[in-house]
Amino acid sequence: MALITYREALRHALAEEIQRDENVVILGEEVAEYDGAYKVTEGLWKKFGDKRVCDTPISEAAFIGMGIGASMLGLRPVMELMFWSFATVAWDQIVNNAGFVRYMSGGLINCPIVIRGPANGGTNVGATHSHTPENMLANIPGLKVVCPATAYDAKGLLKSAIRDNDPVMFMENTLLYGEKWEVPEEEYVIPLGVADLKREGTDVSLIAHGRAALTALKAAELLAAEHDISAEVLDLRSIRPLDEEAILRTVRKTHRAVLIEENKPFCGVDAQISSLLMEKAFDDLDAPVLRISAIDAPAIYSPKVEVKQLPRPTDVVAKVLSLF
Amino acid sequence: MGTDLFPPPLPTRDHALVLLRQMLLIRHFEERCAELYTQQKIRGFLHLYTGEEAVAVGVMQALDPRDAVVSTYREHGHALARGIAPGAIMAEMFGRREGCSGGRGGSMHLFDAATRFYGGGAIVGGGLPVAVGLALADRMQGRPQVSCCFFGEGAAAEGEFHESMNLAQLWRLPVLFVCENNLYAMGSALSITESSADFTRKASGYGMAAGAVDGMDVLAVENSARAAVQAIRAGNGPFLLEARTYRFRAHSMFDPELYRSREEVEHWREHGPLITLTRRLREAGLFAEEDFQALTREVEAEVEQAVAFAEAGTWEPVEDLCRFVYSEVERA
Repeated sequence: MALITYREALRHALAEEIQRDENVVILGEEVAEYDGAYKVTEGLWKKFGDKRVCDTPISEAAFIGMGIGASMLGLRPVMELMFWSFATVAWDQIVNNAGFVRYMSGGLINCPIVIRGPANGGTNVGATHSHTPENMLANIPGLKVVCPATAYDAKGLLKSAIRDNDPVMFMENTLLYGEKWEVPEEEYVIPLGVADLKREGTDVSLIAHGRAALTALKAAELLAAEHDISAEVLDLRSIRPLDEEAILRTVRKTHRAVLIEENKPFCGVDAQISSLLMEKAFDDLDAPVLRISAIDAPAIYSPKVEVKQLPRPTDVVAKVLSLF
Repeated sequence: MGTDLFPPPLPTRDHALVLLRQMLLIRHFEERCAELYTQQKIRGFLHLYTGEEAVAVGVMQALDPRDAVVSTYREHGHALARGIAPGAIMAEMFGRREGCSGGRGGSMHLFDAATRFYGGGAIVGGGLPVAVGLALADRMQGRPQVSCCFFGEGAAAEGEFHESMNLAQLWRLPVLFVCENNLYAMGSALSITESSADFTRKASGYGMAAGAVDGMDVLAVENSARAAVQAIRAGNGPFLLEARTYRFRAHSMFDPELYRSREEVEHWREHGPLITLTRRLREAGLFAEEDFQALTREVEAEVEQAVAFAEAGTWEPVEDLCRFVYSEVERA
């Protein structure tokens, strides 16, 4: 297997899907001639040309809405948001048009669009460029939300997202773009809504998504090495659809759950999972479900401080130890 | 392009009666809606198009059945003129499963894939980017279609209007933007909502071709729309058509209309689209009072059939509410 970056994995997924389906088109700010603000689309414009990879103006409401309209007639637009933070100016389009057109048309009009881009803090770009809106978007029936943590997952999930008949909000992470993972040469897809057990364990379940899943893996190593605690790590991968069975399976096995996300805690994804565990796994639990999220304030710029705003492996270890 | 430069040609009698019948159907359909609203058969918000019928009917003449249409929350007239069955529209307002949106949309959210009617966009300005996208898909997939986007002049205060104008012109996409300027954004007069009330000049700011037309004259609207659509189909890029019109009734059923005088409304009623057309036809000897009576009887019967269809409709079982939230078809 080749060792490639998260960024390359996304690029390969895009290139493969462009070649597979003539309706796939990439649209966004700086995606073509500039090769992408974060170089995810590097080389694709040169290879596939203007008809498949198109630069848009800085006009998120219009170009996201345009992608939505185009998808209703059968294009499969993959829209790049330079940051998911910029979705706020296209909110009406994403929520009211992408989210609801299928429902309100009685299932007769599809919206097979992918909106992708980075959604993370931790890069010292301040509150306006550090949004993690997976919880907000997953709250909209009609939208799907995916947060891959590795290159392997990013590629397989993006291919599925492009082929999906529903609008998929695909959230990447600038801190991961340059990280490398093994990715098979041969084609594969990962279905949306299937969590991945990234590490098996017996004593506690660490449940996370996006980069927090990697934080959980590091914490699991520390717990094993320093505290003789065997932690299982479940990476949700999809927020909606949510793999409830996988969540219940791991908690019924370990009887303890610590939920980790880089999102803000209030009404966060992990609040949803806590509720699920309360309803369906209460009798399986030997301890309260605990959560670790970003500190509940807008993202701070100060580099020395921001690193502490997001969950770190040592934070997870401390939280887990409090359960024993 | 305007009515002065392009005086509308006199239609054939048959065509004139088609236009008149469609406008009458919209008028009677909506008058009936207002009654049904007071009887609480129709609930939610109800925005009537009364007075503006010539715009929908005239523009729709210029489109072919495969062109896409995007409309607003005041879209009964567009939907009827586009050819969605009156029964399906009425059933939608009754909240019945037989409605064109399955009872899920109501008055403001009419959809019909068969007639390529893509809403019923109830957020002001929200339909414009969608229309640009429909045009993009037509172009990319090699179809010679035009996407027609209706919006009120109030939408021109939204950023999405300006962004869509820019994008459509930048990429020379086949979009007919139809600005229905009825002088009031809900209860706010144009003079207190727009720094410049000349919408064709706004288009010029983006390098887009534009024209204004008397939106009370269906023949003028049709003529202007045909010229605009012809230019768009010829590859000249998008076009903004401002139709100057007036809404005779309140913004919605909850509007006491304190922002305008009765005299003003009366003045516009005297220049309404039905009066304007029938006067012209009468002067040309193409039309007699019996025609009006006969058409009125026809559309009244059609509206009553629509009401009966809606009344006989069924409710979506609550167990089905989560259907079509997501696709029920496997991945492509």
